[in-house]
Amino acid sequence: MGLILIAAEVAGGSPSPLTLELVSHARTLGDEVAVVVLDPEADAVLPALGAHGASRAYVGQERAYREHLGQPAAHVVSALVDRVRPALVLFPGTQEGRDLAARVSARLQLPVLANAIDVTGDGDDFLVRSSIFGATVDVVTRTRSRSPLVLVRPKSFTATASGGPPPVTEVLPLPAEAPLGARRLESVVAPSAGPGLEEAKVVVSGGRGMQEAANFEVLEHLARQLGGAVGASRAVVDAGWVPYALQVGQTGKTVKPDVYIACGISGAMQHLVGMKGSSHIVAINKDPDAPIFKLSDLGVVGDALKVVPALIEELRARGLS
Amino acid sequence: MKVAVFVKQIPDPTGVGRLDPATHLLVRDGAELVLDPGDANGVEAALRVVEANGGEVVAITMGGERAAEVLRKAMAMGAGSAIHVADDRLRGSDALATARVLAAAVARSGCELVVAGTESTDGYTGTVPAAVAELLGWPALTFAKALEVDSGTVRIQRQTPAGHDVVEASLPAVVTVTGAINEPRYPSLRGIMAAKSKPLELLSLDDLGVPPDEVGLAGAGQEVISAAPAPERAAGELIEDDGSAARRIADYLAELKVI
Ligand SMILES: Cc1cc2nc3c(=O)[nH]c(=O)nc-3n(C[C@H](O)[C@H](O)[C@H](O)COP(=O)(O)OP(=O)(O)OC[C@H]3O[C@@H](n4cnc5c(N)ncnc54)[C@H](O)[C@@H]3O)c2cc1C
Ligand SMILES: Cc1cc2nc3c(=O)[nH]c(=O)nc-3n(C[C@H](O)[C@H](O)[C@H](O)COP(=O)(O)OP(=O)(O)OC[C@H]3O[C@@H](n4cnc5c(N)ncnc54)[C@H](O)[C@@H]3O)c2cc1C
Repeated sequence: MGLILIAAEVAGGSPSPLTLELVSHARTLGDEVAVVVLDPEADAVLPALGAHGASRAYVGQERAYREHLGQPAAHVVSALVDRVRPALVLFPGTQEGRDLAARVSARLQLPVLANAIDVTGDGDDFLVRSSIFGATVDVVTRTRSRSPLVLVRPKSFTATASGGPPPVTEVLPLPAEAPLGARRLESVVAPSAGPGLEEAKVVVSGGRGMQEAANFEVLEHLARQLGGAVGASRAVVDAGWVPYALQVGQTGKTVKPDVYIACGISGAMQHLVGMKGSSHIVAINKDPDAPIFKLSDLGVVGDALKVVPALIEELRARGLS
Repeated sequence: MKVAVFVKQIPDPTGVGRLDPATHLLVRDGAELVLDPGDANGVEAALRVVEANGGEVVAITMGGERAAEVLRKAMAMGAGSAIHVADDRLRGSDALATARVLAAAVARSGCELVVAGTESTDGYTGTVPAAVAELLGWPALTFAKALEVDSGTVRIQRQTPAGHDVVEASLPAVVTVTGAINEPRYPSLRGIMAAKSKPLELLSLDDLGVPPDEVGLAGAGQEVISAAPAPERAAGELIEDDGSAARRIADYLAELKVI
């Protein structure tokens, strides 16, 4: 099946978890897995990419890739795709991945398939599964072009090491004529505590049913007792109760904890996309017809402002402070 | 300055989406069609830019006959004119084809700023605006939760997983906005009346010079081969809180060995 190319992302000196998921899965799709890594810290992440199955790496370490959105990377990745003609190009379904895939698609007139949750080979083509309408419908699309571009949602695949050596590296220079475009002037990080939302084994999420921002304190308390993280629906993020970093769903994070506890969340399809992969779902909602109950393992019809504090007490009685 | 705003008509997102079993295209007949809620934020953002800088908002859509409704809505909110690209040969267009058509419409309109949603609520590839930017050779400032335009410079707060980035570019540029950027205004009665007489230009592929074989089903680089209900998570136990629910949840967490 030829060469599978992955647009790798670097986060805090390591390949992003989603990048490793893509590299791992690509081993099942092609004869050879290559990564393109455009980041000032690219060389630091090559061993990990090799250890997950990438045997070739195309690398650029210019600062422009951090300072400018999309355009310089699209210039270089498009030229690379045009030259090496991969059978398939996988992009992380992140903000950066989308901007990049969209631009490569426009530059090379190649189709882009978005929101993929699975990719398999089918002769010379690929079958791409995506879930739509809030993950109520699964669509399978057959690619029918050279080098189709696929944006994959986080946690669709499991990252598994292959124990491979560091990849053979080729440096891609950033041509002087490449447009730079929009410039990042500053990055503001909102403070957070406890385990990251995407890694947490327990997520305690709140929605508009929590009534007001101050009531998120009880959710934080419960999350602390359970060693988990707090999440939120978009309604409360848009209302400014909690930062966007906590948003779960189609336009927020995808989480797959052991237990997801939804408090005062209706279960809009755009929210469900981000959490329906949780192993177990507990929902507290005062409306017995709330859609969230359709997929909860344990549903409680009741007032979250009473049930959550009572649960905190109950857990305290069982020795969790 | 002239500011283009992209508006997409979609089936009411509070309803249940359906695909045609034979063509696998989104069923629009019978469904209530509305302005994509994300694009209402776009219209609001575009209006605020011209309110601060002077100029006019041009609403642009690609879609069937009824898509004119979302243009009227944008004009009722305050857009000054509208462009409707409608052509039977566009049916089944993918995101790239949509971008080609919209980019051609922007070029023709003479706008120097495009405001769009970060992603539509139905197709949600989130790739159309950045593809339009690439086709025009413009920068794209995506995921804006705040937008400011001042003497030829666009500056946004770009929502990030950890907080936000401040991003800047010179015009011309494409900006995509998130739901957090503003609270869209409701059209006033006067606005609705005024919208009826605002100019709405109807364009075909030929008007835009976009080759028909590169758009629509013919130009799509992919083919949907099946659409089936996703495996449902079965609903489990449902209890009414009579004061004992907290204990039941704690027991359940203990069963799962979470505590
Ligand atoms: C393009 C697009 C993208 C989107 N992306 C996302 C996304 O990423 N994530 C996301 O979450 N949403 C997203 N949304 C928004 C989504 O459609 C919903 O509007 C949102 O999820 C609703 O949030 P909610 O459940 O908190 O609020 P609501 O829908 O208002 O639900 C509140 C719930 O609380 C219950 N309730 C009220 N009081 C109490 C009480 N005292 N105790 C218990 N229950 C109570 C009510 O019965 C109700 O079910 C998106 C929408 C669009 C258009
Ligand atoms: C469930 C579903 C899944 C799909 N998956 C894919 C896929 O993987 N790949 C693919 O190429 N196509 C896909 N399509 C087709 C795609 O939705 C259409 O081509 C659509 O015209 C543009 O893409 P989008 O809605 O994803 O736009 P997005 O890029 O998500 O839209 C972002 C913004 O662009 C603007 N915009 C988008 N379309 C229009 C329009 N017609 N008129 C005015 N403004 C617009 C709006 O401001 C919108 O908020 C899918 C369609 C459906 C219904």
